[in-house]
Formats: sequence, structure tokens, C-alpha cells
Amino acid sequence: MTEISMTSETRNQTANRVQIALIIALLIALIFAPFVLYPVFLMKVLCFALFASAFNLLLGFTGLLSFGHAAFFGGAVYFTAHAVKEWGFSPEAGILLGVAGAAVMGLVIGFFAIRRQGIYFAMITLALSQMFFFFCLQAEFTKGEDGLQGVPRGHLLRFIDLNEPLNMYFFVLGVFVLGVFAVWRIVHSPFGMILRSIRENENRAISLGYSVNLYKLGAFVMSAALAGLAGGLKALVFQFATLTDVAWQMSGEVILMTLLGGIGTIFGPIFGAAFVVTVQNYLSTTGFPVTVLTGLIFIVCVLLFRRGIVGEFNASNLAVKLGLKSPK
Amino acid sequence: MIMIFGIPIQAFLGQLLIGLINGSFYAMLSLGLAIIFGLLRVINFAHGAQYMMGAFAGFLLLSWVGVNYWFALLLAPVIVGLTGIVIERFALRRLYNLDHLYGLLFTFGLALVIEGSFRYFYGTSGQPYETPELLSGGVNLGFMYLPIYRGWVVVASLIVCIGTWLLIEKTKLGSYLRAATENPTLVQSFGINVPFLLTLTYGLGAGLAALAGIMAAPIYQVSPLMGSNLIIVVFAIVVVGGMGSIMGAIVTGYMLGILEGLTKVFYPEASNIVIFVIMAIVLLIRPAGLFGRDA
Repeated sequence: MTEISMTSETRNQTANRVQIALIIALLIALIFAPFVLYPVFLMKVLCFALFASAFNLLLGFTGLLSFGHAAFFGGAVYFTAHAVKEWGFSPEAGILLGVAGAAVMGLVIGFFAIRRQGIYFAMITLALSQMFFFFCLQAEFTKGEDGLQGVPRGHLLRFIDLNEPLNMYFFVLGVFVLGVFAVWRIVHSPFGMILRSIRENENRAISLGYSVNLYKLGAFVMSAALAGLAGGLKALVFQFATLTDVAWQMSGEVILMTLLGGIGTIFGPIFGAAFVVTVQNYLSTTGFPVTVLTGLIFIVCVLLFRRGIVGEFNASNLAVKLGLKSPK
Repeated sequence: MIMIFGIPIQAFLGQLLIGLINGSFYAMLSLGLAIIFGLLRVINFAHGAQYMMGAFAGFLLLSWVGVNYWFALLLAPVIVGLTGIVIERFALRRLYNLDHLYGLLFTFGLALVIEGSFRYFYGTSGQPYETPELLSGGVNLGFMYLPIYRGWVVVASLIVCIGTWLLIEKTKLGSYLRAATENPTLVQSFGINVPFLLTLTYGLGAGLAALAGIMAAPIYQVSPLMGSNLIIVVFAIVVVGGMGSIMGAIVTGYMLGILEGLTKVFYPEASNIVIFVIMAIVLLIRPAGLFGRDA
């Protein structure tokens, strides 16, 4: 008995060590990346990686497929861009406003969506986000088809000039790390455990006495707020806000990133986002239609590759050797 | 001039007609979605793409082979239905034992591939499709001018909807379909080929979408993206109606089409969001949908 528990304990320890080593390696890579690669490209990857991580909080850890996350992401892009450009907000205040706006939208859309489950949940979120899209198309402050252009990056805390690419990059990296840490923290909290129990068996969670709807709504709002954080960053990185970010294609894209990287893993969405953004950047120079490839990746993922990149890795022999997964 | 609620009656009836026509397409599309969902438990995201394929099939048949509208009306659904059968047979079938969400994601990917490919070859601008000679022109009803083709669409879609309803509720094949919806294992044990029924159903649903597409071709233009926004509206309609009943899908489709048309008269700014607003209200009052059975 004791021997068995000893080995599983040591395995857990090596697993933790391997994970920490991987995280540190990833962080070091991200710190040195802007000296090798184009910073705007990297910042785009980080924004979408954070967006996908926020989305994964809902799909991977609560089991809710939202088809409307573009509303929160794109909504925050508009809110932040408008606050910074028209109201002269500082970048940090602009982003906070974006997050708050996305959270409120999450509360409203979530309130309606959690009334149904499964496929209906997906359709309701899609419909409501489409409604927001039409609102953005007609509303005054979004400037319709033109969008908001020339959003100033400003000075972070009044003294760090974000127009300097490296300053901006490290600001984005910092927020990204904080955001992903927040997801990790939520997932590994008692609250996160209840979310998982809802994912695994909702009726059982109800019979255990949890107010499942409140937990779902809570997860929805958190996911929306974090998606808003990613959107606020994107507004400052690209310095414009357009309808692309609120369109349903964007909701599809974030699903793809998460699915491709690995649903329900912390690192999956990050790798998924990096892959999708890289491929899009590459394809934009060729002329091959991006949507066709996106659709093909979707089909392949769903038919053959449902665990995603990180999920497949975790299930592989290498992961077992590293102690990340116990052999069956 | 006669006025209704402060609106000239011509404008009122004109929008009512547009609403009725939109409603006809909503009804045909949500009917197809409901049939597919009923048996396969898959929400067919590619429905909008299949509607577009129907319109394009008609357009290409005319411009390449010179097949006229009437034959296209028959051929386009068959062609698109066959592609649906192939897709079900080789891909969709593998997903039945998984979470239903994978079916949604798969058909979403399919929609992206189809729409992306058509857009690559035909661009985003619409191609005109001429109204068939027999149905061109219009009649003056005294209070308004009715283009004959639009009248035809309303009548034809009613026939299609009622025909499909009769097929499912009143024929032997329909009874098999309904039985397989309730309990596939039991129906299979009676010696009925349920996997074949599933394949057929997906083909039928895709064909219905294509039929709506070819009927829409002369009214709206034939464009690769004609189905992509429409499908989201139809999803909202399906949520409002609930997918429990075929008749429910049809009635909700017409009803919301007309409501949308009327909104254009009284408050045009809200016309493209009114269906979503109604969906939200229905979710508050009756979450299972107007005709839904599941809680």
C-alpha cells in the first residue's frame, strides 16, 4: 500500500517538475522571441492565445460551447478603442473598461443562454452575438463599416511609451501571463472543481445541491471578461477596431484554436492560437482562401484529432515517460 | 389613401408580402433543420451553405448546360441531396456516438469549406438569375402590385412544407422515420435499416435547403454568402419554435418572417434584430420553445 502511494507521489512530483520546467522554457522563449520575430505578429498570437484560453475556460472546463465569444472579444475591442481614442483614457483604464464592458455583456448573454443546454446553448449564444453584430453595424460609436482607425497606444501608467514596439510587447506579454494564470487559478480552485463536476454530470451536481445555473453564469462572465481582456489588448496592438472582430467567423476561429490545441488543457489554446495565426499569416501572402483551410482543419480535428495537439501529446508515450500521465 | 396605424396600406402590404416570402424560406430551412435534428441529433450548420449550393446549382445548370428553371427546381435538390448523402455516409456517420456538439462543429467546418470555395471561384458579388418567363411580370390586385414570381414562391413553399409534413406524418416511410427518432435500436431490431434511414434523412434535409436556394435565386442574387447570415436567423427561429415538432418549425418560420416584415414598416432600425429579440423573450417565458417538448 505505502509503496504504491510512494511511487504515485514521486510521479506527481516529477510531473510537477516537468511542467514547471516546460512553463519556464516557454516563458524564456516568449521573452526572447521579439528579438527574432516580428513583434506585432507575436502580439497577435498572444492576444488570440489569451482569447482562446478564456474561451477554453468555458468549453474545456465547464463543458459549455459558446458560439458567440466574438461579441465579448470584439465588443471589448470597440469599448477600449473608443475610450482611448474619443475619451482620452489611459491604456490601462481603456483595457479595464473593455473588460468591464465584456463582463456586462457576458452577464446579459449568459443569462439567456444558460436557460438551455447543449446544442441550443450554442445556437442561442450565436444568435445573440449576431444581434450584437447588427447593433455594431448600425451604432454611431463603432463608425459602421469604416471602424475606428488610429487608436493611440498612449503611455502606460503615464510614463511607459507603448508606441515603442518592445514596451508594447512586454506589456502584452505581462497581461497575457496574468490572464492565463487567472484561468489556471480559476480551474484549480474549488469553484473550478464544481465547474468540472457540472461538465461531467450536470444533474448530479444539481442533486448535490449546487446552484448549477449560478456557477455556469459565473464561468460565463469570467470567460467573457477574459475574452474582453484579450480584445482590449488587441485594440491597442493594432490600433483599430472593425466589424471583423464581432463577426461570427471570429467565434468560429476561437473554437478552432481551442479544438486544435486541445480542449480542456491549459496550454492547448495557446498552441492552437499560435498555429492558426501563423497559418493565416502565411496564407494571406499566397491567395489560397483562408476559410477553406480553416474549415478543413475543423473537419480533420473533429473526425480524427479530437484531443488536439496538447491532448495528443499528453496521451503519448513521451508524456508517460516524463511522468505527465500515468501509464494505463 | 387608406392608412393602417398611420402607415399607407401599400407600404404595409408590401412589407407584409416581403415578410411572407422571407417566412417561406425560413419555414423551409427550419423544417429541414428540424428533420435532420430529429433523427440525427445533429444541428446542420451547413444548411445555409446547402441553400447556397442549391441556388448555384440552378445558376450553373442554366449557364453551362442551359437547363431551365423548372428542371433545375428538380435537379438542384437532387444534386445537393446526393452530396449530403455522400457526406453523411463517409463522415457525419462517425460522429453519432460522440457529444452532439461535434456534429455542429463538423458541419460548421463543412460550411466554411463550401462557402470559402465558392467565394474563391465566384467572388462575393451576386450573379443574377432570371425569373422564368412563365412567372415574370405581375398582377395588380387593386390595393397593391404583386410580382407573380413572389406569389409563386409563397404558394410553392406552402406546398413543399405541407408535402413534407404529410410525408413524415402520413406515410409508411415517415412512420419509420418517426419511430427511429423515438427508439433507433428497437426499430433496427424490427429489421428496418436505420443507418440507411439516417443517410436518407440527411440527404432529404440537404435537398430541402437546396430547393429553397433555387427558389430564392430569382429573388435574391446567387452569391456564395447568401446562406451564411441566413442560417443564424434560422437557428434563432429553431430556438423559438423548439425542434420537437415539424409543424412547429413551419409555423414559427412563417410567423417570424411576417413579424420581421412588419417591423420593417413600423421600426426599420430593429428589423434585422427583431427575431433575436423575440428569441430572447421566448427563452424567458418558455425556455423549451413555443412547440418544444424537451425541458
